[in-house]
Amino acid sequence: MLAALAAGALLIAAVGDDPVAVYGLLLGSALSWPDGIGYTLFYATPLVFTGLAVAVAFRAGLFNIGAEGQLYVAAFATAWIGVAGAGLPGWLLAPLAWLTAAAAGAAWGAVPGVLKARFGAHEVITTIMLNFIAVGLAAYLAETRFRQPGDAILETAPIAAGARVARLGQLLPGLPSRIPLNLAFLAALAACALVYLLLWRTRWGYELRATGASPEAAAYGGIAGGRVVVAAMAISGALAGGVAINDVLGYRYRYYHGFSAGYGFTGIAVALLGRNHPAGVLLAALLFGAMERGGLFVGIFSDHVSRDLVLVLQGLMILAVAMQRRRWAPTTPTMPATPATPETPETPETPETPEIIAAQEPSGR
Amino acid sequence: MTGPVLWFFVVSGVRMATPLLLAALGGIYAERSGVINIGLEGLMLAGAFTAAVVTHAVHQPWLGLAAAAAAGMAGALLLAVASIRCGADQVVSGAAINIFFAGLLPLLSGALFSSTGATPPLAQGEQLPRAPVVLAFALVPLTAYVLRRTRFGLRLRAAGENPAAAAAAGIGVARLRYAAVLISGALAALGGAYLSIGQSSQYTRNMTAGRGFIALAALIGGDRRPLPTMLACLFFGLAEAISIQLQGAVRLPGQLVQLLPYVLTLVVAAGFIGRSRPPAALGVPLTDGGGDSR
Repeated sequence: MLAALAAGALLIAAVGDDPVAVYGLLLGSALSWPDGIGYTLFYATPLVFTGLAVAVAFRAGLFNIGAEGQLYVAAFATAWIGVAGAGLPGWLLAPLAWLTAAAAGAAWGAVPGVLKARFGAHEVITTIMLNFIAVGLAAYLAETRFRQPGDAILETAPIAAGARVARLGQLLPGLPSRIPLNLAFLAALAACALVYLLLWRTRWGYELRATGASPEAAAYGGIAGGRVVVAAMAISGALAGGVAINDVLGYRYRYYHGFSAGYGFTGIAVALLGRNHPAGVLLAALLFGAMERGGLFVGIFSDHVSRDLVLVLQGLMILAVAMQRRRWAPTTPTMPATPATPETPETPETPETPEIIAAQEPSGR
Repeated sequence: MTGPVLWFFVVSGVRMATPLLLAALGGIYAERSGVINIGLEGLMLAGAFTAAVVTHAVHQPWLGLAAAAAAGMAGALLLAVASIRCGADQVVSGAAINIFFAGLLPLLSGALFSSTGATPPLAQGEQLPRAPVVLAFALVPLTAYVLRRTRFGLRLRAAGENPAAAAAAGIGVARLRYAAVLISGALAALGGAYLSIGQSSQYTRNMTAGRGFIALAALIGGDRRPLPTMLACLFFGLAEAISIQLQGAVRLPGQLVQLLPYVLTLVVAAGFIGRSRPPAALGVPLTDGGGDSR
């Protein structure tokens, strides 16, 4: 992690800015009260959802690069319900909108799951293709069916007031309500707890993790791998759909094309950095939320560095973490091969010796 | 369909296939040696950027092309060190490479040209519209020959199929994988360079638009063999050419027609890829002993 920051500092210096000043700006603008922290939590909210989405898939041995498409579909469907359900009472419309967000994401996520289970299509390729298709479809529908006449921006009509999610600023004294941090943040925290309970406290979660650790062994133990794959991708998609609650119901109150700042892709980084554990995902999302907030200020107030610095740092951090994870693993060349299948990212959840588990705990951050 | 129209589609299909083919051939080298290169997309983008910047600076497109290949190799070295030397998960490190370049290139173009969106357009006559096409298609038989008939190719395949046995036979598996990943970086970057200084005359943000992944689909659909992979690339290239021509020509709206290559990739992925057989040790880091097959 330090190495990633150091490499970033070199880059900042190379393009002619002062690394200390840029990092100071990054941190200072992310941690000020109330705006810095409020916005950091707001930016972290979608990343918690997408980080969890990627992590659940990872635990099942699947690399879900499709969270971006899943959250696009979810956002569009949620906005559609929010607009079409204007006649419904709020107590019915609000839960319906939340449910739509999760269900639409789950449906889009289940597609690569089915393609994998049924046809053996690699999820890395199918999810990326589904990303392009989702964004294209949403743009098409938003433009041709749901755009308000005369609106120059590619967005739908606003959703009904009953579907809106309250801002935390309206509930908490001391937090100005201009900050768009909303109830979706609490939902994201709840999602962390739920994912933990589901994966580590239920039989079904055990089956999911067993399939991810070793599909052959799991199948031998009587677990239907295909079903697990589809279900894991559906849950993953539902979690990605949580982004729609934050953005459509809690922030813009409409579908706005291009609303996602690559949340689905940043979610990959969040999951990897958080070691595919809900607690780690939450911490990593907060870190990335702070970087998102700080990156904005870096882009505006520094001479040469753009906010893209954040992406560079994220890429370097993932690389550093990926390299670190293996450095502590046994290196005897004759070690019996762990039952990892080709092409599936393996998740270290097999019964292991305590030293290895200890080595995988977060260290050196 | 009349003759000239057909010819037009063939020519533009070949053009669209070229960047895919270069990247896919690179991917073949990496995958046959046992390394999945998800980072093709980022490496292509790096090549597109470098070629445009260097050509703009020195007014020599060939130097731009060479610089792109060098940049691709530098980027691939990052992937190689992470996944071969440190045994990091290949898919994860490849994804990290993509994120890294998605940020680095706009940052550099912002610092150099005060625009994170594009580099300045090249002057007239500074493009290389044909050479990369010829290069790409000439590399198909060459790659087939190298893989099948040369000592390097034989060892490369051994490294991908059974690294433990290859190592026992005295082959430097790690070194071979380094070479293969570096080749894949150079070729992917050349594919990207064709986008910026061949098809157009500048680098624009995210101009690869998922082509690295389509190349990945093509090489898997082509069973990691050069000739079938070339056919897969031509298929995708033709799909892209047709989708560009269909926009405005038919009643379907442009946004939907643009999706055609992606839908086709999805169908191909579901229809064929399940049946292709990856090298036995693909994705397995060396420290695991390798050789575990499905």
